[in-house]
Amino acid sequence: MIRTAGLTYRYPGGVALDFPDVDVPQGTVLVLSGPSGCGKSTWLALAAALVAPTGGELVVAGQALGTLNKLASDAWRARTIGFLPQKLHLSAALTVQQNLAMAQWAAGVPENTPRIHDALAALGVAGLSGRLPAQLSGGQAQRVALARAVLLQPTVILADEPTASLDDEAAADAVQLLLGTAASQAATLVIATHDARVVSLIPPKEKGEIGFQTLRLLRQ
Amino acid sequence: MKTLFFAWRYLWSRPLAAALNVLLLSLGLASITFLLLVGYQLSKAFDRDLAGIDVVVGAKGSPMQLILSGVLHVDVPPGNVPLKAVNELAKHPLVASVIPISLGDNFQAYRIVGTSHAYVDLYDAQLAQGRLWAQPMQVVLGATVARKLGLQLGSTFVGSHGLTPGGHAHGGSIYTVVGILAPSGSVLDRLILTDTASVWQVHEDYTALDEEDRAIMIDEREITLALVQYKTPLAAVTFPRYVNTTTGMQAAAPAMEITRLLHMLGLGTDVLRAFAGVLLLTAGLSVFIALWSAVRERRADLALLRMLGAPASRVAALLLSEALWLGLLAAVFGLALGQAFTAALGWFLQLDTSLLVGGMVWPSALWLVPLVALSVSLGAALLPAWGAYRVSVLALLQGR
Repeated sequence: MIRTAGLTYRYPGGVALDFPDVDVPQGTVLVLSGPSGCGKSTWLALAAALVAPTGGELVVAGQALGTLNKLASDAWRARTIGFLPQKLHLSAALTVQQNLAMAQWAAGVPENTPRIHDALAALGVAGLSGRLPAQLSGGQAQRVALARAVLLQPTVILADEPTASLDDEAAADAVQLLLGTAASQAATLVIATHDARVVSLIPPKEKGEIGFQTLRLLRQ
Repeated sequence: MKTLFFAWRYLWSRPLAAALNVLLLSLGLASITFLLLVGYQLSKAFDRDLAGIDVVVGAKGSPMQLILSGVLHVDVPPGNVPLKAVNELAKHPLVASVIPISLGDNFQAYRIVGTSHAYVDLYDAQLAQGRLWAQPMQVVLGATVARKLGLQLGSTFVGSHGLTPGGHAHGGSIYTVVGILAPSGSVLDRLILTDTASVWQVHEDYTALDEEDRAIMIDEREITLALVQYKTPLAAVTFPRYVNTTTGMQAAAPAMEITRLLHMLGLGTDVLRAFAGVLLLTAGLSVFIALWSAVRERRADLALLRMLGAPASRVAALLLSEALWLGLLAAVFGLALGQAFTAALGWFLQLDTSLLVGGMVWPSALWLVPLVALSVSLGAALLPAWGAYRVSVLALLQGR
C-alpha cells in the first residue's frame, strides 16, 4: 500500500512540489501521469526512499518514509521496491543471468541461481540467461529488466515510462506484462508515464478486479 | 567476492583501456623491480665478496679495476706484482694476513685462480666432495662451476690462456679435480681454485726456453694481487699510503672503491628511477581518466544499483575493486617484466657466469612493488569512487 497526505518536496534550489494525496491499497495499480517536469520522477524517488519528503506524510508498504536513515533506506528499498527504469540499464558487460545476480548483490542478498532462473522463466526468457544484453531484442530486454525488478519479490513495483517509444502493440504488451507480473506477486504497481495510452491499455475488467487509481500531476 | 567478479567484468568491458592501463602501470613497476633487483644483487655481491678484505694490493693502475678483477672477478687485472714485494708486505707489523691471488687462465670462461687455502677460509666455504689441493695442478671447483661444466672428482682438463674463452690451450698442463665446494653464495662458487704454484708451473712450462731461463723465472715470480687483512683498523689510515708511496704497487680499499662505483651507478639509477616515477605518474593519471570516464559512462548503471538497494559504499567499492584488479594485474606483469629485464641485463652484459646480476631473485624489498601498484591504482581511483558514491538516482529517474 501507498498512502500520502500533504506530501511536499522542496529542491535545494528552491523549487517546491506539492503532491495530491493518494491511498493505494496493496496489490492495486496507480498510474502517475502528467507532462514532463510535473514531478513524476520526484514522486518515484520519494516512494523509493531515495529522497526524504520535506513535508507531509508518506507511508509505503507500511513504512513511514522520511524517518529512515540512509543505510536503513537502502535496506528497506532492497527488500520492498522493484524498479523498472525507462532505459532498462542492463549492464552490457554482464550476461542476463549476471545482470540478475548483480541485482541480488546490490541488495546485499546471497546469489540465488534457482530464483534467478524462476524469475526469468516466469517472464518467458529463461533460455536467454547466457546472452549479453546486446544480443536481446527490445521486448526480450524489457522482460529481463522486469525479471530483475521482481527478483527479490518486492511489494511495490515502480515502472518509469514503460511504454515510451513503443508502438501501440508493443506498448499494450508491456502494460499487460507489468499488470500480470504485479498481480502474480500481489505487488502494488506504480506506473509513472506521460503516455496517454497507458490508462486506455489497461482493460476495464482488470481495472475493476485489481483496483486502479490515477494520480494526475500538473506542472507546478 | 561478487564485488571482485563484477568489477572484473566491468574492467574488461573496455578491453583496450584496461590493457593500456595495465601496460602503463606494468612498465613503471617493471622499472622499479629492475632497480630493486639490480641494486639488491650488486649490494649483496659486494657485501658478500668484500667481507674480510681490508685492502687489495696489486699493480699500479685503476684501483677500481683492481677491486673488480681481484675481488669480484668481473674485470681484467691491471697487471702483476713481484712475489718478493708481496712477501715483504706480509711481514709489515700492521698486516695480519695476506692471501695471494694469481690470475691468467680460464676453463670455459671460469677463472682458474692460483691462491692459498686461506682464500677458501676467508669465505667460510665448505667442501661438498673431496678435499682441498695438496700439490700443484690439483683444483677445487666452485659449486656453480661443477654444476655448469658437469665436472666431478677425478675429472681432468687443461686451461686456456686469458680470462675469457678462446685463448691458447695449455695442452701439456693438466689439472685434476680433487674437491668440489658446497654453494657458499660467494664469488668462490664460480671460480676454479688451485695452488698458486700451479699458475707458475703452467706458465713457466709454457714460456721457459731452458732450465736457466726457468731459474730466472722462478726468481722473478709474480702474483696478480694480494688480499690483505689488517691487524688493527687503524692501519687503514697509514698502510695504503705506505704501499702507494714506498713500493711499486698500489693499495686499493674495497669499501672506498665500491662506494665510488655505486655513486657512478647512482647517476644511472637516478635517471631510471625518475623515468619509473614518470611512468607511474602517467599510469596513475591514465587509471584516473579511465575510471573517471567509466563513472561518467556508467552513471545510470551505478544509479540503478542504488535504486536496487545498493548502499553508496557498495557502489564505490565496485570502482575501487576495478582499480584493485588493475593494480594486481600490473603488479604481476611488472614483477615478471622486471625479472625478465634483469635476466636480460645479466645475459647482455655476460655477467651470468659471474652471477652478479640475474633474474628469479626475490629480495624482501620487492614486496614494495605490489604496494606501489595498489597505492597508485587505488589512489587514482579515489576521486572516481567518490563520484560513484555520490551518483544521483534522481538524475537517472529524470533521464539526465
